[in-house]
Amino acid sequence: MIEFNIFINGQEYKAKEGDKVLEVAKKFDIYIPALCYHCDLIPHESCRLCMVEVEGDKNLRASCSLLVKPGMRVHTNTPLIEQTLKINLELIFAQHEGKCETCKRKTNCKLLELVQEKHFVASGKYSNRKSNHPKYQFGPSISFDPSKCINCENCSEICAMQTNGGYLRPREGKYNFEVSPSLAHDHDCIYCGQCIAHCPVGALSEAEDYPKVQKLLKNNNKKVVFQFAPAIRTSIGEEFGMAPGEVVTRKIFSALKKLGAYKVFDTSFAADVTIMEESEELIQKVLNGDNEVMFSSCCPAWVKYVEFYEPSFIKNLTSVRSPQIILGGLIKNYWAKKERIKPKDIVVVSIMPCTAKKFEITRRELKIDGINPVDFIITTREFAKLLKESDINLKEIENIESDMEIMGTFTGAGEIFGASGGVLEAAIRTTYSKLTGKSLENLEFKQIHEFRGIKELELSINGKKLSFAAVSGIENVKEILRRIKDNPTRYNCVEVMACPGGCISGGGQPLPTDNEIRKARSNGLYQADRDNKHRESHKNPDIIKLYDEFLCKKEIRHKICHTSFKKRNKGKLSVLK
Amino acid sequence: MEQDIILKMKEANLLGRGGALFPTWMKWDGVKKQEGKKIYIIANGSEGEPAVFKDEHILKNHPKEFIEGIKIALETFSGSEAIIYLNHIYFDKYKKNLEKYSDGSKITYFRKTARYIAGDETALMSHIEGKRDEPRSKPPYPAESGLYGLPTLVNNIETYYRISEIASDKYTGKIFYSISGDVKQKGVFDLPVSLSIEEVLKTTGSYPNFEFFIQYGGGAAGAIYLPNELKAPILGAASIIIYNRKKTDLFKLMERWATFYAAENCDKCTPCRESSNRILEMVRKRKLDIENLRELFLVLENTSFCPLGRGMSVPYKTLIDKVMKS
Repeated sequence: MIEFNIFINGQEYKAKEGDKVLEVAKKFDIYIPALCYHCDLIPHESCRLCMVEVEGDKNLRASCSLLVKPGMRVHTNTPLIEQTLKINLELIFAQHEGKCETCKRKTNCKLLELVQEKHFVASGKYSNRKSNHPKYQFGPSISFDPSKCINCENCSEICAMQTNGGYLRPREGKYNFEVSPSLAHDHDCIYCGQCIAHCPVGALSEAEDYPKVQKLLKNNNKKVVFQFAPAIRTSIGEEFGMAPGEVVTRKIFSALKKLGAYKVFDTSFAADVTIMEESEELIQKVLNGDNEVMFSSCCPAWVKYVEFYEPSFIKNLTSVRSPQIILGGLIKNYWAKKERIKPKDIVVVSIMPCTAKKFEITRRELKIDGINPVDFIITTREFAKLLKESDINLKEIENIESDMEIMGTFTGAGEIFGASGGVLEAAIRTTYSKLTGKSLENLEFKQIHEFRGIKELELSINGKKLSFAAVSGIENVKEILRRIKDNPTRYNCVEVMACPGGCISGGGQPLPTDNEIRKARSNGLYQADRDNKHRESHKNPDIIKLYDEFLCKKEIRHKICHTSFKKRNKGKLSVLK
Repeated sequence: MEQDIILKMKEANLLGRGGALFPTWMKWDGVKKQEGKKIYIIANGSEGEPAVFKDEHILKNHPKEFIEGIKIALETFSGSEAIIYLNHIYFDKYKKNLEKYSDGSKITYFRKTARYIAGDETALMSHIEGKRDEPRSKPPYPAESGLYGLPTLVNNIETYYRISEIASDKYTGKIFYSISGDVKQKGVFDLPVSLSIEEVLKTTGSYPNFEFFIQYGGGAAGAIYLPNELKAPILGAASIIIYNRKKTDLFKLMERWATFYAAENCDKCTPCRESSNRILEMVRKRKLDIENLRELFLVLENTSFCPLGRGMSVPYKTLIDKVMKS
């Protein structure tokens, strides 16, 4: 690694070969406005707001892709930069419908932030060239308002990585291109919501369901029961000014109570059920000498990807339902009986880091006796809105423990589900113990905790060598599938998460996200695991009780915990006026 | 012969005929350094600029010499193959005839269906690869990482023609001029690079006997020159359009440019995408807001991603300053 100094605004800073000027500036807290830049994407250099002056260069340069050179002298604040920034900012602002007050993304819009920082006031000299544009909704998950699009192409670039060929694509028009959903039968949205996470403005957002939940909370005939995903506990704090990675599980319990929840469950509890079932499936597979891969199926975007783009792998998906679906089923069929409440009087709301979960709950095959296990999904961001609109400040609220008598104890194994590799690690803990009769000496696998797209692990259990992998981001999934096509028995078990780093950077999570934030959220989950006195799913006392009392019967277990998958046709694209 | 062709180009001071005037030998030298990998040789025949039609002249009249230039490149770079990139009209019109000369060589043809910007050497690669026709960041330069990430040499059709001249010691420093507009005879003329605009017009019998101005350097990107400025030497794309001052509707002329830019740019970067739209709006209203235009020109010139955007202000600026003010 070659290190040298560069000068920014006359000051000397250390940089290394291969760094971009924008990254160096960011590291040293030198402000350069950057709208379309995202660490996941090769800089597209389209917004032209991060321009800098380099001594000796004729033109201003986009700092997002400008490589450092020894002794290079960069200026970020010359009059020309200020002047062009203001003009380009106005041009961008004028090309999108700036209805900020009613915009769903007014609290996480990079453009609006910039406009406020720069005290920019629109002169009004440009007419809106995108009014009366149709709006779209992809399945039940994602809203797309092209009138707010600034043509940066971040969404289409990440979408090409997250699907085969891309669902969101630039469509050419007479004078301009417009990013549009593909109408081709072989391209579809997997609802991962990464387009939202990479959209610097308000063009993409989740299809919001929280207003319906708000209404139901006021309806006394319904018992609104909440559950929240593992990945929420280290991210929701960001919406209230807390640091990424801060564990706020007990604040979430208390905030939901204050909001009027009848009961609050932690989805981590059901993650333990998922582990119990998955490890059983894996053990049976291995004992039967079936060395073909078993894929996790708790990520609904990944499942949609398989069903639509790679149906030949459907048979390799574990039949175990995702934790939130299992929990919904348990709430309505187990807990409800104990509480003497009719399932239809219960509304289960899941707070998820995910937009694809909105699609998952619409799967008919998940119904139990005609009833959906889960009624509504709200994202982490929607949850923050719900709290803010009820004047509940998560940061200030006290910590409380779960008041559940059953299904209240959750393990660290369940909590790490939110980080890529967490499901795998939890499954290994239980599988090892079931096969050997003793717990792993070290419950943590450093190579799985690492922040990488593909993580591999080999383990010898009872003399049998098992091969595992954890993969996140569909671009990496494609690579894993290539490897498996080459060698169908390369892995025994692979955990797949569609979003980079797992649910901690899901499409419903607070914005912005970058690798530092992702690492902090993951580390928070691993810390929560270490701080939890229960760290193995099969040792969770409430799980033991659940299996004794309710899941002992095979038919019940099958009904509550298992499902099936099928080749899927293109989903619904709604066009809204 | 293959060994010293690069040296011969250097001695002849051959500059690229696509309009950017980059020394051709330097491009070749850069690609030569990459030998060992597969190398792509591309002949850029997109010729999308209005009032430039000299590549068609070559395709029609000198196909043998043009193909000869490509063959020299194929011989110069081991492990290379060539693609002749033609706009769809030229492709449909000339491919058959060109094949008479290219058959048996590692030469294939690509039919360009994308817009003007896909004549840019990096946007062209994106187009061939089936991606959106947007120019790419440099570095990496095409010589290192071009088409499909492999070393790539891109030269204009005329450049290959001139290389074949150089190889057979027939090069005398000429360039093809496209002359059009209010002239008796629109045409392509093979004349020395060293001539001034005035000399070109006089030599070809195109010098007007009426009040006029010209656009030099292409029918969109070219600058406006007044009769008293024609001593200037030739730079850039050798295209001259003559406008009869009295008969020319200046707003119509600007609307032509504005329509061209709005439709033919790639729309990737803010200044170019938005300014091209806003300028078109403005000229359609037949009312120029000079202060606003200056703002747009400033961001175009200083913050555009590629030369198309950086040069977009030239025709408007020169027309406004030189013709509209007088």
